[in-house]
Amino acid sequence: MDIGGILIDALRASIGPVAAAYAVSAIGLNLQFGYTGLLNFGHVGFMLVGAYGMAITVDLGGSLWLGILVGILASVVLGLILGVPTLRLRADYLAIVTISAAEMLRLIVRSSWADPFTSSVFGIQQFAGAFFDLNPFDPGSPYGFGDFAFRGRQLWVMVVAWAIVGLAVLFTALLIKSPWGRIIRAIREDEDAVRSLGKNVFGYKLQSLMIGGALGGIGGMMLAIEQQNVFPNAFLPRVTFFLYVMVILGGAGTILGPVLGAIVFQFLFFFFDGVMVQAQAAGWFGEAIDATDAAQVKLMLVGIGLMALMAFRPQGILGNREEMLVGD
Amino acid sequence: MTDNRTIRSVAPEPGVAKPDPVLVVDHVKRSFGGLQAVDVEHLEVQRHTVTSLIGPNGAGKTTLFNLLTGFDKPDSGSWQLDGGTLVGVPAFRVARRGMVRTFQLTRSLSRLTVMENLLLAAKGNPGESFVGALTRWRWQGPEMANEERATVLLQRYGLRDMANEYAGSLSGGQRKLLEMARALMVEPELIMLDEPMAGVNPALTQSLLKHITGLRDRGKTVVFIEHDMDVIQEISDWVVVMSQGQVIAEGPPGHIAANQVVIDAYLGAHHGEVP
Repeated sequence: MDIGGILIDALRASIGPVAAAYAVSAIGLNLQFGYTGLLNFGHVGFMLVGAYGMAITVDLGGSLWLGILVGILASVVLGLILGVPTLRLRADYLAIVTISAAEMLRLIVRSSWADPFTSSVFGIQQFAGAFFDLNPFDPGSPYGFGDFAFRGRQLWVMVVAWAIVGLAVLFTALLIKSPWGRIIRAIREDEDAVRSLGKNVFGYKLQSLMIGGALGGIGGMMLAIEQQNVFPNAFLPRVTFFLYVMVILGGAGTILGPVLGAIVFQFLFFFFDGVMVQAQAAGWFGEAIDATDAAQVKLMLVGIGLMALMAFRPQGILGNREEMLVGD
Repeated sequence: MTDNRTIRSVAPEPGVAKPDPVLVVDHVKRSFGGLQAVDVEHLEVQRHTVTSLIGPNGAGKTTLFNLLTGFDKPDSGSWQLDGGTLVGVPAFRVARRGMVRTFQLTRSLSRLTVMENLLLAAKGNPGESFVGALTRWRWQGPEMANEERATVLLQRYGLRDMANEYAGSLSGGQRKLLEMARALMVEPELIMLDEPMAGVNPALTQSLLKHITGLRDRGKTVVFIEHDMDVIQEISDWVVVMSQGQVIAEGPPGHIAANQVVIDAYLGAHHGEVP
């Protein structure tokens, strides 16, 4: 087994543009779940409307920049639509509504009824030309050292993507370390107490859902631009749960937690992937595990790793154990 | 303490008018299914007094609190704070208008520090809006002013040394003090305390009582729910007794202790009779 090769692939994935896109989405989820305590189980839906909002706009003749604006607006509006009826109710209602709304959106964009706009299951391709026209690197040549290299096209996406991650981190840090952020964190603790002190809890929860949703939408657009492709099955419900894993792994309710979580998650995911694929190909498992099973077993291994994390470090990598353990 | 003396000249009858009421309640009703939880015909709370609200379990005291502070909606009725109606006003606006409540089970915001708990309650910080939050220079001034005010309050309530500890690490009694200090950050006219003495050890009760009368002496009006008759005798200027949702008696503490209606409500109308 080529452990060196596996490690390099995993490392490349962990700092690649996909990791950055997930990081931005996870930052949004962390604002909602980690700081405000909102159970948004449909974060992938925000990514979907962001990506589709952008791709459809370009497809209909708009510029990519207009498309990005539409994508952000679409995810903010989704937050508004999902939040207004549910945020006055108990926390679980938001969870139910978001998880079903996200899956409904995926089914809608893949339906034949929406085909004129979304090309249903095939999705929309080649809408981000304007972005790649700006690429200062040579798209074809490799940049890096030996095997650890990225093509110019990918490097351009990475540079922009991680810059966006940086901006998103700065943005949330400014928000969280302000009186606005203090109210958000207080709502996570006890919203009735916050209400009794004269704060409009509903308004703050709605803002948090919309801002986090916008970051989710931006992450979705980043994924779409990287692949020059938007298709329904990139937005399966499990993406939401991967994002939860990233947030909790890095440390929910910390500024950098979701970014680190996204990097570590991508690394582990591709590390186990490489190990399983190679081990299976080398015949380690005999007839017991075939090539398709190997991919599933990889997910199980990721799951076991997470359970171990929860058992030994429930506050995540960057979380504050003291904060986690203070009583109610 | 002119006000204290003024209230003592008011006739001890349920629903009696007060010379300078801060809170006026009219025909407030709330039922849960077949149970009439609150049915208050008329109630006035005199300004600058400590008014205690007593009654047996299930008398509707906390429900009345919830209704008046916007945490629950009555089936009918109206009430005014300083002459302004509070009907249909959401809880957070009630607090801003000057009536702040605390809860029977303390609601300290555990994973915020003691200082953050107080700063949270301050009114009108521009950094509380989304756009304001991103413009740090606009909210830093007000934040520092609030911090000074909070420090004075923490000093008064003996929590100064705990300012940077998580509120969740405070003892039960300290949490009661924190809740009181936090409520004061809102600069309320009227403070509604729901069983501030519940679950507090006797040693701390005395200091809590002093803080409650201290609120009145600083020009606030206090309404509080309490069970302990000794406590009520000690600090109340006026006592309102509720039973089965209704105000059944009102008066100065001495008068209430001897009131047959009140004794009946607490012990049952036929106490002393052998069945």
